[in-house]
Amino acid sequence: MQLPLFPEAASSLAKNVDYLYYYLTAVTIVMTGLIFAAVFFFAIKYRRRSEDETPRPIHGSLVLEIGWSVVPFLVMLTFFWWGAQIFFENASPPPNAMDVYVVGKQWMWKIQYPQGQREINELHVPVGRPVKLTLASEDVIHSFFIPAFRIKHDVVPGRYDTMWFTATKPGRYHLFCAEYCGTEHSGMIGWVTVMNDSDYENWLSGGGSEGTMAQQGEKLFGQLGCSTCHLLDQQGRCPIMRGVYGSRVQLNDGRTVLADDAYIRESILNPNAKIVAGYHSDVMPTFQGQISEEQLLQLIVYVKSLAITGTPTAPPLGSAGQTQGAKQ
Amino acid sequence: MSTALQEPRVAETPNYLNAEYGWKSWLFTKDHKRIAVLYIISITVMFFIGGIFAGLIRTELLTPQGDLVNSDTYNKFFTMHGIVMVFFFLIPSIPATLGNFFVPMMIGAKDLAFPRINLLSWYIYIAGAAFALAAIVLGGVDTGWTFYTPFSSTYSNTFVITAAVGVFIAGFSSILTGLNFIVTVHKMRAPGMTWGRLPLFVWANYATSLIQVLGTPVVAITLALVGLERAFHIGIFDPAIGGDPILFQHMFWFYSHPAVYIMILPGMGVISELVTCFSRKGIFGYPFIAGSSLGIAIIGFLVWGHHMFVTGMSMYASLYFSLLTMLVAVPSAIKVFNWTATMFRGSISFDTPMLYAFGFIGLFTIGGLTGLFLATLGVDVHVTDTYFVVAHFHYVMVGGMVLAYMGGLHFWWPKITGRLYPEGWGRFAALLVFVGFNATFFPQFILGYLGQPRRYHAYAPEFQVLNVFSTAGATILGVGYIIPLIYMLWSLKYGPKAGDNPWRAKGLEWETSSPPPTFNFEKTPVVTEEAYAYGKEEAHIG
Repeated sequence: MQLPLFPEAASSLAKNVDYLYYYLTAVTIVMTGLIFAAVFFFAIKYRRRSEDETPRPIHGSLVLEIGWSVVPFLVMLTFFWWGAQIFFENASPPPNAMDVYVVGKQWMWKIQYPQGQREINELHVPVGRPVKLTLASEDVIHSFFIPAFRIKHDVVPGRYDTMWFTATKPGRYHLFCAEYCGTEHSGMIGWVTVMNDSDYENWLSGGGSEGTMAQQGEKLFGQLGCSTCHLLDQQGRCPIMRGVYGSRVQLNDGRTVLADDAYIRESILNPNAKIVAGYHSDVMPTFQGQISEEQLLQLIVYVKSLAITGTPTAPPLGSAGQTQGAKQ
Repeated sequence: MSTALQEPRVAETPNYLNAEYGWKSWLFTKDHKRIAVLYIISITVMFFIGGIFAGLIRTELLTPQGDLVNSDTYNKFFTMHGIVMVFFFLIPSIPATLGNFFVPMMIGAKDLAFPRINLLSWYIYIAGAAFALAAIVLGGVDTGWTFYTPFSSTYSNTFVITAAVGVFIAGFSSILTGLNFIVTVHKMRAPGMTWGRLPLFVWANYATSLIQVLGTPVVAITLALVGLERAFHIGIFDPAIGGDPILFQHMFWFYSHPAVYIMILPGMGVISELVTCFSRKGIFGYPFIAGSSLGIAIIGFLVWGHHMFVTGMSMYASLYFSLLTMLVAVPSAIKVFNWTATMFRGSISFDTPMLYAFGFIGLFTIGGLTGLFLATLGVDVHVTDTYFVVAHFHYVMVGGMVLAYMGGLHFWWPKITGRLYPEGWGRFAALLVFVGFNATFFPQFILGYLGQPRRYHAYAPEFQVLNVFSTAGATILGVGYIIPLIYMLWSLKYGPKAGDNPWRAKGLEWETSSPPPTFNFEKTPVVTEEAYAYGKEEAHIG
């Protein structure tokens, strides 16, 4: 008979969350204990001894009222502060985090690695290295939840969300969908395998017959006809691709935007949303509904690979580790 | 000899129950007390329908495999449990029943300000419930009671619009009840019933009414948009055509978080009545308990985002919602401390209503404190959408609200029916409810931190033992609910006559006969003292 009372702690974050949880639990036990004790004590000590008892009224005490408002609030502020600290520290991935791409769809997790491996409901990561997940949904809202890492993030259709972790203990851990998503919600589960560095390198070299994600993206770039107008190095009907990713792009309405994942995504699905200065709208057709979320990610990784060397990864994304696909 | 002579006379005393007979006298009544009785019957039916779904859920979860029903059916079970319990039991529970009956009586009024609107609100509730039940009978709905988009608006193939229309309609019933209470409390107080003398049950219902009137239209709009999106695909929540699925969550929780306070505030009002009566002592810190109800009503509107910390909302918004959620816990804490202090040097009896009040204070404390876990950003990321949340809100909604309702129903049963329920059975059932409740929901806190997500038809095998505890507890809890149903029905015919004031309680409702006459009082009472003036033997009526 298995009766676990506490989940495994297998990420750099897990222990911190647990300590805060112990603290909250301790305060809860003390407070509940005090209230229970007072209620029991009063109930016994002041139990009705005769039907005609009429105790003298006590109207209240300002000092007590202030005390039991202010002291609990100060304790709650410590919860707030500690919780916010953990939340902020984990909002943005470190710049050296390795990328993995996750697409949720009813009812499976599709995982792609930049090296070209693809898996379903399995995530393989090395121990001790920060991993950044870029999350996309093909249909409804899902939520990527790894209890042993104490992390969870909603996967919202129409945009990219990111989350990150550093696994600290080799092993196999549950992966759950935490946001109700329809019939087989409880079947949208899998395993996270944390491996030693050498095992991980072995595992990585094992698959990926279709080439890296960037190579797959490059192939799509040709097949979909993108390359007819978006030339790599010279002026075409559409903006040049090399060096775009991670740069600041001047738009024809005077704004400047950062060319990140969300920008590239929007430009593919809704080309007229942001027109680069010097180009015209209604030149490019929309690809909404024509390519899958996985293909979109491959295209983005390809465009990312064309970034000017020295900026191989995107700068930290939106504040809560999330980027908006649609214009807000 | 004297009792034998009195019996027939008491039976002939005109009261609201024997004033008229026949179904028309009930279905067309404008008497707030009869409407309250109609509501008690209606919400009891809905409570047991919702309870049957809960029983089915717990039976399925006895084993890790999804082996009792298929996934679609299970998803419908928890959705319909939630919709029925939240919108058709919890929200109307105390205001529409005990509130309807006693708010006018406690302020010395003949009725609510708008008796016809009061009856209308019951018919609207019945119409809403009919749609919800139709959705169940036709084949069910599987979106979860939260109707999250784009699942509800685009993907679900079930009777979403039917159920949403039911909730939409029922909302107007809630708005009208709230409106009626606000006007009644402002305009119909008896001479001498100043704001500072209002019973705390009235304050709690007044604060609840403010939320009902201000918040409910928002959920109506939100559900209307889901319906429009589903029917015409207009692109409010669908990102493929420029919509934002997260917008739905902001709008839904803008109502549904304050709605949690619609559910709990009237319960807190009941507890203030119970603790004073069964301690036979004035309330400790009257202005703070009254004020904290208003504080909860106001701050409660500013915390909805704490349901959305992992949706990718701006982290600065998350900070704000986390901090304000801590703040909204303060008025709840004030109430708990004041109730406890009221018992100090009281004269405490252990009648059934007081046992429910003890249960409420303990379980609401746990429910409130575990709410702070969820308000704490770093911890919420791990426990949100797990059984921790399920346990937390059942501690507040069942451990809090349902216990308060049961306590209030027992407390006022002699006044409503003129009969006493069997006290021994009452205490036994209260104990069963307390034990069964804790056995059901305490293991779910542990399951939540272990990582079992909500709304899972099948779950990992290592979670089974705790789930078995939970199902066993639910069985005890179910028995604890059925026993009162039986003995209360029994008491209607066989219960001893209650007399006007069996608890020797203070409050205008106890100064009139049981059951009360149609217009509540023989003559308009004049109030000369504060609420809960225990220890002063003079009567209220001057």
